[in-house]
Amino acid sequence: MQLNFFLILALILFTIGVLGVLVRRNAIIIFMCIELMLNSVNLILVAFSSYLGNINGQIFVFFIMSVAAAEAAIGLAIIIALFRNKQTINIDEMNILKW
Amino acid sequence: MVKYFYLITLLPLIGFLVNGLFGYKIKNEKVSGIIGSATILGSFVITILSFLELLSLPESNRAVVVNLFDWITSGTINIKVSYLIDPLSITMCLIITGVGFLIHVYSIGYMHGDKGFARFFAFMNLFIFAMLNLVLGDNFLLMFLGWEGVGLCSYLLIGFFYEKKFTGDAANKAFWMNRIGDFGFMTAMFFIFVATKSLNFATVFSSIQSNTISASIITTIALLLFLGATGKSAQIPLYVWLPDAMAGPTPVSALIHAATMVTAGVYMVGRCSVIFALSPLAMNVVLIIGCLTAFMAATIAIKQNDIKKILAYSTISQLGFMFMAMGVGAFSTGIFHVTTHAFFKALMFLGAGSVIHGMLDEQDVTRMGGLKSYMKTTFWTFLVGGIAIAGIPPFSGFFSKDEILSKLFFSGNYVVFAVAVFTAFLTAFYVFRLIGLTFYGKERFDSHHVHPHESPATMTVPLIILAVLSVVGGFIGMPHIFSTNLIEHWLEPVYSKALVLIPEHHAVASTEIALIISSVLVAVIAIIVSVNLFIKKGMLTIGTGKFFEAMQNKYYVDEWYDKNIVTPIRKLSDLSYSFFDVKIIDGLVNGSGKFFRNISFDWRKLQTGIAQDYAIISIAGIIAILLYVILR
Repeated sequence: MQLNFFLILALILFTIGVLGVLVRRNAIIIFMCIELMLNSVNLILVAFSSYLGNINGQIFVFFIMSVAAAEAAIGLAIIIALFRNKQTINIDEMNILKW
Repeated sequence: MVKYFYLITLLPLIGFLVNGLFGYKIKNEKVSGIIGSATILGSFVITILSFLELLSLPESNRAVVVNLFDWITSGTINIKVSYLIDPLSITMCLIITGVGFLIHVYSIGYMHGDKGFARFFAFMNLFIFAMLNLVLGDNFLLMFLGWEGVGLCSYLLIGFFYEKKFTGDAANKAFWMNRIGDFGFMTAMFFIFVATKSLNFATVFSSIQSNTISASIITTIALLLFLGATGKSAQIPLYVWLPDAMAGPTPVSALIHAATMVTAGVYMVGRCSVIFALSPLAMNVVLIIGCLTAFMAATIAIKQNDIKKILAYSTISQLGFMFMAMGVGAFSTGIFHVTTHAFFKALMFLGAGSVIHGMLDEQDVTRMGGLKSYMKTTFWTFLVGGIAIAGIPPFSGFFSKDEILSKLFFSGNYVVFAVAVFTAFLTAFYVFRLIGLTFYGKERFDSHHVHPHESPATMTVPLIILAVLSVVGGFIGMPHIFSTNLIEHWLEPVYSKALVLIPEHHAVASTEIALIISSVLVAVIAIIVSVNLFIKKGMLTIGTGKFFEAMQNKYYVDEWYDKNIVTPIRKLSDLSYSFFDVKIIDGLVNGSGKFFRNISFDWRKLQTGIAQDYAIISIAGIIAILLYVILR
């Protein structure tokens, strides 16, 4: 297996994530896109770990997965709190972050 | 004794804290009163013990400094809280704690039933604390601390009955007048510090004496200090607060506005005798101001009808006498008059309080009369005070006043002497008018509603003790021709440095006897005239016409001040408010706000508040940085 395939797949996944975060308006989708970005990075770490024969990359992946799990709990809680306040999860409605 | 000397000020402070913080919980007049009085008694005992110890020392060593702690240490400034025990400060302490204790005991009876009973004793204790710091401090700053402290207590106690508006106004007036004086004192301290690099009395006086400081600076310092004294001791031009200060409870008038606080200015001039002695101009100013004040206040006192106002003007007049003594360099004579005046004026104020107490708060002497038979103790003790202030031997006032008169005469200030003699005549005159209208003659009060009665023992016992002191107090300062003048000898070490700078005036024995006889004659004639007019003929007042009307209206000084000083200052404040404050200060603040709002008006549109917009910008930034790194 060539390393490039993995990298290209990860690149595609990451770009999908970034574009999703930027253009989608549904908070849940944005959240999922963030997860997608994290996992594409995981893929790169695993691929390099296998390619270089260095276990460090895989350990990092474990860290990222556990952090992502915690982040998912908090992120979903925030989204629920937002929904309770605004009765919507459309991100355009959350526009009070200004002067 | 030195080891426990700190207790002298600590005890009143404890009394203040206990009554001030827990008084409203104690809610027991006996407990509050006993705490308030016992702390002062403690200070008095310590003062007496220190006095005895000081007496046992050789004369040249009678100046002990008690260091308590460092107060301010910064660069070259090192100011300690330390007390100077010398004959002058101990004399003042004896008056403050001794007379103060009697007045505290009297207050237990006088303030009975007042809802601010504990508050009253708390303030009185705080006053004693501040006053002791004033006289004991061995540097100008500690003296100033006490100086401000007594001013604060005076303010608090004048406005004690705070529900009435005029007491608050009187308190404010006293405070503002004193601020003007304090300005003088503070400026003098700045000059002293710049000139001598110290505020400690001993250092300051020795460096001022060493001829390194120009005479004009010394004169400036002395005049500024005297401005402070005119504020605190109610002299022209700042005397107008003292008559209004009678709005406070009568024991306050006795303690603060007769016996102790108002003599602080005299004490200060006495303490700084070296500075004054080096400046003949300042000495003359002290002499002339004292003379004018004594005369003016005595003439006003003749036409007043409020029993406390008469005594207030009398106090101003007597303070004028003290300053006259200071002005001719008779420092110990001035302090002697402070002492005797503390006895008989405290006595008269407390007697007046007893009358007011028995007459259901009536203060107008034209609505009294014939109280002699109702209040025997009050009458007799008041009469003793009256004779003492009038200057009949062997009562105490005679010795001190006669001493002042003879010092004035021998210093060659014959005009001042003549005015002073005439003032002494007026003094005896108005005091016996007061006694005549209050205690003799027809009963002019409404006997259906007012039933005059003698006051309780807590009030009469202090009266009796003060009466005894008013009789015998003068023997500490006998004229030279009869025996040695004890108080002059006692105070001599304090003034030895100043007295060498003042030309000595030799008293001629035969002239002195003639002066004594004439001053007694003046007093006797004044009393006879007064008794004849107000007791035998039953007149209520004397004199009609413009001049007497002006006297009755206090020469329109208050009105003049109001028109020429208060109103212009108000107008200036209004002007500076509407112009400077509104236009310039507010304009600057609002203008800077407006300026930044205007320049940021377009830029703030960048902030949409939508998280994704910010995300796009930051990602664009990241891409730009990456492109730069790759394509570089």
